Amino acid sequence: MVFGTLVAAAGEAPHNPLLPEIPDLIWASVVFAVLFTFFLVKILPAVKKNLDERAEVIEGGITKAQNAQAEATAMLEKYNEQLAEARAEAGRIREAARADGVKILNELKAQATAEAARITANASAQIEAERQSALVSLRAEVGSLAIDLASGVIGESLTDDARSAALVDRFLADLEASEAEKASK
Amino acid sequence: MHAPIQECALLLNALNTLIPLAAEGDGQFVGPSIGEFFPATVLFAGTPFEMNRIMLIRVLVVVAIMVFFYVATRRMKLVPTRMQSLAEMGLGLVRVNIAEDLLGKKEGARFLPLLTTIFFLVLGMNITGIVPLLNIAGSSVIGIPLVLAVISYLVFIYAGLKKHPGKFLRNSLFPPGVPWFLYLIVTPIEFVSTFILRPITLTLRLLMNMIVGHLLLVLFFLATQFFFFQADGGFKLFGLGTLAFGFVFTLFEILVAVLQAYVFTLLTAVYLQLALADEH
Repeated sequence: MVFGTLVAAAGEAPHNPLLPEIPDLIWASVVFAVLFTFFLVKILPAVKKNLDERAEVIEGGITKAQNAQAEATAMLEKYNEQLAEARAEAGRIREAARADGVKILNELKAQATAEAARITANASAQIEAERQSALVSLRAEVGSLAIDLASGVIGESLTDDARSAALVDRFLADLEASEAEKASK
Repeated sequence: MHAPIQECALLLNALNTLIPLAAEGDGQFVGPSIGEFFPATVLFAGTPFEMNRIMLIRVLVVVAIMVFFYVATRRMKLVPTRMQSLAEMGLGLVRVNIAEDLLGKKEGARFLPLLTTIFFLVLGMNITGIVPLLNIAGSSVIGIPLVLAVISYLVFIYAGLKKHPGKFLRNSLFPPGVPWFLYLIVTPIEFVSTFILRPITLTLRLLMNMIVGHLLLVLFFLATQFFFFQADGGFKLFGLGTLAFGFVFTLFEILVAVLQAYVFTLLTAVYLQLALADEH
């Protein structure tokens, strides 16, 4: 076989490289066992833990970012909603103010009108009263004047009250009748 | 399955012709011998724990790997430092590209310690072949390849038997869907390739790559030494050529070291995958 020739060519080495020796096998097994235990117990669990942590942090970061995004969107929506609400509210307030203004104006107008009417009524009542009193006093004065005049003219005393009053009344009635006649003409 | 054996045989044949040629160059030149791989005992002579240079190198390699990974993962951070990144890259290669790719997340995690150990052990043992002062691969004597191949063999059989109790052997030897009369041919082939050749090829592929790599390097550098200091006149120029070849093959050995570690681990994972496959 090839190994035979190799060994022969290489000199009189007694060793066949395909035949394991006991110490060779023992040390190979020992180094394998030590390294296997080392990786199994120490290194691989630590590395796995680290990898898991890293994955968690990355995933956590992504989740956090998504949450923040959602939150921001929600906030924006809320803000827009509030803005719209505020606008509507402002519109409502403006409308109400306008209506109030109109109402107040109308009230004031009505009040002013009423006041004016009241003042006018007062004034006419006063005028009427004064006219009546003027009429009464005028009538009395005109009567006495006329009687004075007549008594003076006829020299006759007409101081008898009953007779003088009847005379004045008659006179005035005649006067009114003549005036009414004049007016009807 | 048979290609690796052919490859080894071819390499050995090439070596058989190289060594005598080199020796013929001048009567004084002595090429490397297989004795390279059996240096003198230095510790614990006479006990089963006899240590020679290569066993010491193995221990050194394991210590170095452990120190590296201990330091690199001592204070793991979420944002890795440079050394932690390096360690994570190496572990990630085994975890993602081998274990999870072939076995899936669950089974991959189950066999990850084994695959990781095989990868870094083989890589560390191989790389000492070109480390100055060590200069020989810890895996260039049969112990490491054989022990790892046997472990890989036992583990895939164990995994298959446990996952498909009672059906694993039958399905391995009598693949379903084959007409019954073909079993006369298929069954012996399956038996030999699955249960005999797998550990042998795993062992020999790694062992021969390391033996041949080492012999080639020794040959080139011994020849360089010979041409520079013992050959006459114009022959000294040959030394430049052998030195250049030695340099190129040193780089090549780095590639081989990484590749063989990857192949060994990958094949172990493939065997596990086949044993765990659901069609069984």
